[in-house]
Amino acid sequence: MAKPRVYDVTTLPGFTFIAITAFVLLYAPIITLVIYSFNGGNSVNQWGGFSLQWYQVAWENEAVQDATARSLIIALWASVISTGVATMAALGTTRRGKFKGQTTIYIIINQPLMVPEIVTAVALLIFFSSVKVATGYSGLGYLILAHSAFCIPFAYLPIKARLEGMDMTMETAAADLYASSWQTFRFVTLPLLLPGVIAGAMLAFIISLDNVIITEFVKSAGQDTLPTYMLGQLRRALTPEVNAISTALLVLTVLILTVFFIVTRKRD
Amino acid sequence: MSKAPVKRSKGVDGWLLSAPALILLVIAACGPLLIVAVYSVLEKGDYSGVRWILSGDGWFQVLFQRDIFDQTVSLADANLSIFWRSIKLSIATTLITFAFGLPTAWFIATRPPTSRAIWLFLITIPFWTNLLIRTFAIMEVIRNQGILNTALMNMGLISEPIQILYTDTAVLIGMAYVYLPLMVLPLYAAIDRFDFRLIEAGYDLYASRWQVLRSVILPIVKPGIIAGSILVFIPSLGAYVTPRVLGGGKNMMIGNFIELQFGQGQNWPLGAALSTLLLLIVLVSLVVYTRVSSRDEPHG
Repeated sequence: MAKPRVYDVTTLPGFTFIAITAFVLLYAPIITLVIYSFNGGNSVNQWGGFSLQWYQVAWENEAVQDATARSLIIALWASVISTGVATMAALGTTRRGKFKGQTTIYIIINQPLMVPEIVTAVALLIFFSSVKVATGYSGLGYLILAHSAFCIPFAYLPIKARLEGMDMTMETAAADLYASSWQTFRFVTLPLLLPGVIAGAMLAFIISLDNVIITEFVKSAGQDTLPTYMLGQLRRALTPEVNAISTALLVLTVLILTVFFIVTRKRD
Repeated sequence: MSKAPVKRSKGVDGWLLSAPALILLVIAACGPLLIVAVYSVLEKGDYSGVRWILSGDGWFQVLFQRDIFDQTVSLADANLSIFWRSIKLSIATTLITFAFGLPTAWFIATRPPTSRAIWLFLITIPFWTNLLIRTFAIMEVIRNQGILNTALMNMGLISEPIQILYTDTAVLIGMAYVYLPLMVLPLYAAIDRFDFRLIEAGYDLYASRWQVLRSVILPIVKPGIIAGSILVFIPSLGAYVTPRVLGGGKNMMIGNFIELQFGQGQNWPLGAALSTLLLLIVLVSLVVYTRVSSRDEPHG
């Protein structure tokens, strides 16, 4: 059906130009940062040739090593805990239709996405500082607890999406063949759900690894993570070392995201 | 169709399975918010902390100050200017991200399905990149010896660097940069569902481009606009890292002002009152959002 069309309907004047500009603006600063992390000069101001020296400086800096180890430990615990409880919650809220109080559960689970982080940070500062006094414990537990909590919605959403995309026939079939509800879960539901669980765990890991504000308020003395260490470095002159750390963290994030996209796209 | 015998009701099951997540969230997220509300109506402690005496001082000091000598009450100009700056910068951030976000979302949604996934991926990478890294990256661009000023000087457009860093403009640029993906994603979701034949129909009925944009496209994209605006406005209003890094401590927003009260300011009730106020603003915005978006639903 040939119909004379005055315009290509999907194109609006200037939209493509602005969109491309937006992409350029989005990436230019990040790429600059990455390039300058390979700066051979001693300052961030002057380009002194290509060099890996700042990566070596960062690698050998004990404070950076400690902060990296701490960041990874916290992110690992937080992603395991939040994914575990989020999987249970997703099974509870999606598998059996609507029930009373479901909206309340949704609101509580998504709460960390809605409340400004600074408010949560201050609340945890007040709460945990009195717990610290009361119990005398000042280890990493508070950070792990706080990180696990705000990672829950990020783990929950992909798992819930996966569950909603799975139909119940397999589970019903298993049940018809006299599988117990645990057997059905273990051998049918969980394997089907696994990509969602992995995706959720990866997002939780990134979110924990990236957190600045809540960590800054909850941490005890000497408990810097990589982002809070970087924030602290700002008080001194900015060195290309921070650029090197940023680039390393960036590469890690992109790697995790790429895996995330591959895992979740298999669904379609 | 009968399932395996389920003795408990689905509601009990739902609550039981959700319980671990809920307990964790109540201990380390929602619960402590109540403590903040309580602290906002207590008396300030000597150094930091509070005394357990009921007092309206925290809320009073949000807007007013009392002269230490003659006890006269006046509006707290410093606080008001921080509020005004926060609201002004958050609205400006929302508008800028919308101006760039709508064409970007439109562009992505009109790509062929195969390349669409790649463009979407390109939007999500900055979104998931550490906020601090993105803020550092912007700092690298706009500081006095940064690439922007160097490029402008090399081109001979300016003779000395423009001071952008540590100004409100820097905070605005930073926030727009950091929150742009939050605007693009919901807009994309709305446009993606859009039936482009409607535009064709509009043109067939002799509508101009502007009329098509206003009467066909905007109403359908509206839920995405509202969602995107909320997603950008709320974190902008509570922003802490971006104003701290790019504003240099002087150009504070509410988030930094709250932090100040819990740190150097040693006025926990005031900090708690400010936090509660911020929370209330967010809740009101969310209620308005759900009202507006649920009203829109029947129209698709």
